[in-house]
Amino acid sequence: MKNLLLIAYLDIRESLRSRWFYVYAVVFGGLMGLFFITGITDSVVMGFTGLSRLLLVFIEVTIIILPIFILITTVKSISADRESNILEYMLSFPVSLRDYYWGKFLGRFVTVFVPVIAALVLGIGWGVLKGATIPWEMVLLYSALIFSLCIVFLGIAFFISTTVKSHDMALGVAFLTWIVLLAFIDVALIGLMMQNRISDGVIIAIAMLNPMEAFRIGAIALFDPELTVIGPVAYYLLDTLGHTALMLYAVFYPILLGVFFALWGYRLFRRKDLL
Amino acid sequence: MSALVEIRDVRKRFQKTPVLDGITLEIRAGDRIAMLGPNGAGKTTLVRSILGFYHLDGGSIRVLGKDPVRQRVEVLASVAFIPQLPPPVKLSIRELLQYVERSSGVPAAAVAAEAGRMDLDLESHASKAFFKLSGGMKQKLLIAIALARRSRLFVFDEPTASLDPKARELFYRLLSELDYDYSAIYVTHRLEELEGLVNRKVYMELGKVVEDEPLTA
Ligand SMILES: Nc1ncnc2c1ncn2[C@@H]1O[C@H](COP(=O)(O)OP(=O)(O)OP(=O)(O)O)[C@@H](O)[C@H]1O
Ligand SMILES: [Mg+2]
Repeated sequence: MKNLLLIAYLDIRESLRSRWFYVYAVVFGGLMGLFFITGITDSVVMGFTGLSRLLLVFIEVTIIILPIFILITTVKSISADRESNILEYMLSFPVSLRDYYWGKFLGRFVTVFVPVIAALVLGIGWGVLKGATIPWEMVLLYSALIFSLCIVFLGIAFFISTTVKSHDMALGVAFLTWIVLLAFIDVALIGLMMQNRISDGVIIAIAMLNPMEAFRIGAIALFDPELTVIGPVAYYLLDTLGHTALMLYAVFYPILLGVFFALWGYRLFRRKDLL
Repeated sequence: MSALVEIRDVRKRFQKTPVLDGITLEIRAGDRIAMLGPNGAGKTTLVRSILGFYHLDGGSIRVLGKDPVRQRVEVLASVAFIPQLPPPVKLSIRELLQYVERSSGVPAAAVAAEAGRMDLDLESHASKAFFKLSGGMKQKLLIAIALARRSRLFVFDEPTASLDPKARELFYRLLSELDYDYSAIYVTHRLEELEGLVNRKVYMELGKVVEDEPLTA
């Protein structure tokens, strides 16, 4: 445990020194802050529609930026260190593989999650100062959704990082995963839907297996309980699942999936040659 | 139990090419081995296997009676290692020493003292990233860390490759000044430099030990 925290700490220190971290913190955190600042204060003026449109834009941006950022910066964790012989040296000290792997995981988690949450807190602080009423439940659930999005992509990234031996390959696989989840699955499913051979329920169920989709639906449902913006699918989902079940699914499914991949990666890390 | 390291009929393949092809070797307390052999003979692979980096395709390795893969923490607690190439570690010197201290219980001050004896002033570089040190400085620091650990077994994979002649001399002197009964494996291509430091010579070729004999001073 002592070593696990040490490895997490050193990983965070290393991230803090790299430029991508600041780009991430500024671009993403800034966007988040900006959104909350304008969103919370203007919602009084703009009314609900104005706010939800803004939120939608924000959710889309989150769906695109967060996963690719996590994947690209995390797949290097183990694969790049292996390739450059850093792993050989660091693991020549009496540190258990458990501490090393989960320490790295924890370190990466803190670096990707904290800036977003910090921005959120900042936005709320601003809202409080402006005298706005804070939708606490919404804020909490949205944090939970972001948390689960972080976990699922960290899990996938660690899995790729331990399975794929070369760093370039790991980057390629990470990018492919992102593109497939982001676009191809949807396109393929729309194609299927138009052919009318498979029932829409099945197609929607498959779409919901995509953690990005789970996040998207969860986030939209959070802000727009009627899910009007996503059309007929919304009615179908609300009908079959109900609002609470939908939210529970959107929060817990990606977490479970992420933990599954992280554990699988860990298993391979222990079972395969380290170098 | 007299053997520090027991290597029995070890086999390891990489993509079907046998790299370790039935190696049997016993390293007893006090053995200081010069491990020689042409490039690609499998020296680094053998040394890494002793450190538990590889899952063997056959045979077994025991270090202090323990399995270096399954009981890596116990094994590595008594082994100090210097890799063939200094890794481009991105941690600062201070952070690296922190890692060494917390994981192996070697105070940073002890490493700094050892580095001082290698003519390397750590104080002035403490917040520099390790990979930004010059090749020779990196090597010196790795040596300082390894020596400060006062391990029962040293595993050095060509530790002097990037040292200037003076630093090489220093390194050998520090080793000869170690005042306890350690064992060591030096992978090297220059046996003559290790004169007086080693008492056994192992020659590897194509994944096999082809020569293993004591050296007398
Ligand atoms: N991870 C690996 N994957 C595939 N092949 C490997 C791997 N590591 C080593 N090899 C191969 O195993 C053989 C032995 O390599 P090794 O590094 O053990 O040689 P060596 O005796 O240390 O040589 P040198 O004197 O050049 O350091 C080489 O042919 C090398 O290409
Ligand atoms: Mg070698």
